[in-house]
Amino acid sequence: MNIIVCAKQVVDVAEIKVDSSTKKPILVGVPQKISDMDKNALEEAIKSKEKHGGKITILTVGTPDAKERMKELLAMGADEGVLITPPEHADYHVIAHLLAGAIQKIGNYDIIFCGEASIDMFSGQMGPRIAGLLNIPQITYAQQVTVEQNKVVAERNLGEKAIIIESPFPVLITVTKEINQPRLPSLMAILASSSKPIHEWPATGVTAEALVPKLQTIDIKGIPMQRKNIIYQNDLEKSVEKLVDELAKVGVLR
Amino acid sequence: MVLVYSDETKLTLELLHKAWDLAQELNKKVIAVTIGHDEHATEYLEHGADFVIVAETPQHQFKAEEYTSILQNIMKEHRNEIVLIGSNKNGKELAARLAAKLDAGCVMDCTKVYIHEKRLTTERIVYSGNAIAVEQFTSSPQIITIPSKVFDPLPKNPNHKGEIIKKKFDSEHSPSKILKVQEMKSEGVNVEDAQIIVSCGRGFKKKEDIKLVNDLADILKGRTVGCSRPIAADLKWLSEDHWIGLSGHKVKPKLYVACGISGQIQHIAGMRDSGVIVAINKDPEALIFKSADYGIVGDLYEVLPKLTSAIKGKLG
Repeated sequence: MNIIVCAKQVVDVAEIKVDSSTKKPILVGVPQKISDMDKNALEEAIKSKEKHGGKITILTVGTPDAKERMKELLAMGADEGVLITPPEHADYHVIAHLLAGAIQKIGNYDIIFCGEASIDMFSGQMGPRIAGLLNIPQITYAQQVTVEQNKVVAERNLGEKAIIIESPFPVLITVTKEINQPRLPSLMAILASSSKPIHEWPATGVTAEALVPKLQTIDIKGIPMQRKNIIYQNDLEKSVEKLVDELAKVGVLR
Repeated sequence: MVLVYSDETKLTLELLHKAWDLAQELNKKVIAVTIGHDEHATEYLEHGADFVIVAETPQHQFKAEEYTSILQNIMKEHRNEIVLIGSNKNGKELAARLAAKLDAGCVMDCTKVYIHEKRLTTERIVYSGNAIAVEQFTSSPQIITIPSKVFDPLPKNPNHKGEIIKKKFDSEHSPSKILKVQEMKSEGVNVEDAQIIVSCGRGFKKKEDIKLVNDLADILKGRTVGCSRPIAADLKWLSEDHWIGLSGHKVKPKLYVACGISGQIQHIAGMRDSGVIVAINKDPEALIFKSADYGIVGDLYEVLPKLTSAIKGKLG
């Protein structure tokens, strides 16, 4: 069974500080990591491989330093990595074409696993876009996946209802955070991962078209502080008393 | 044309308002699409649609592959430059697949949509609630998803006339198969219309402790209990109709009390439009305080009983 997992290197959003004068996020110097749900996607891939055998390829579009993060995924249990350098101007449209192009170049695949969204932009476009470009079925927001010999059965969680859906291969599946707990690699696995290959492909090597973004980011603005941010600490009795007085004053207790 | 589609009627009505505004400004018409039935066609006309296309299809259940091809075929016949899709899970997977098929730009979960320097411009929240990305389309078609409650529907106007077009559209056949649709356990709670919500998060150690939230909610009028993702999705201590957030419900109560909720963007996205926001958390650095009007730093196991009795005293 050949499985491809798409993974993105992102800034660790929990580490982002906000510039107090401009209110804009400071993105320089923020530690990078593999987006959380992409690890859930890999965990699901590893479980399938344990059951049916096969090969797991990690696919990333990113800067050369993403290689370091990809090593973690190889240590978890992926077999090899492919890193594609994006062109200077890229949007969802461009990246999706690069990923789909690389998947076609890899050629032989049964399942593509992605996270439901990346933690930095939280858009959730990449999975369905890749499935659309490859013209294969998509199962999004899966919270349970059972991989069988020649098909997959998954449960999509839509809140008020859950859909149980079955698809033959090839299929693209995006997974939610709840689907599993990604494993931590052992020291042995970390050491062994250094011999696993990470291939670097230029963007021009995966798609013949010159890709032009359809979207332009014109600003990353700060969020205006509309909230009062009155925080009570220390003396609990007084804190509660002041809070209740304030709530009564602004009229929400009536 | 500006095309509007959602599998939720309420969301379609909300999107129609935005579509109407854009259509006025750009001198275009509004098309609402409904797939598989015509139940709400007249309602859509009365709320701003110039045309309602009722796509007749043997497909009764949503499947992104099939619905994408239906929208693609509609777009082939009616030049649609702007497509507004309701931002629920089905809507988002539909929008992204459609964007890929059309080689189009797509922006998800927009909270603002406007024309700036003659270009369609969107705003949405990124980086875990730390920033707003302002993005502009450089080509057409332009696909946008909008969450519920961002816009109010236009008032009903029975004099607004339009045309209902019933037509069969070919759809691609997907090799996937829906085996079962399971209704999720529901406690019949309607957080979306609640006036006061007391919500719980991971700060609670066990299911029984949610009683502390119930106690506070009980003495507040219009009481409803909400929760963040882990409580409904991971721990399943409450049914998903309590779940507030990006993937859960979007709420706008006049008072929102967040107890033991850290304040991840996905949760904030669901409650940021509340009137007054109160946060209780033992971590002074918790993100939730940034989004709160009032906060108490303290152990919720101590704060909640005190707060409940203080409010009880105040209300008499």
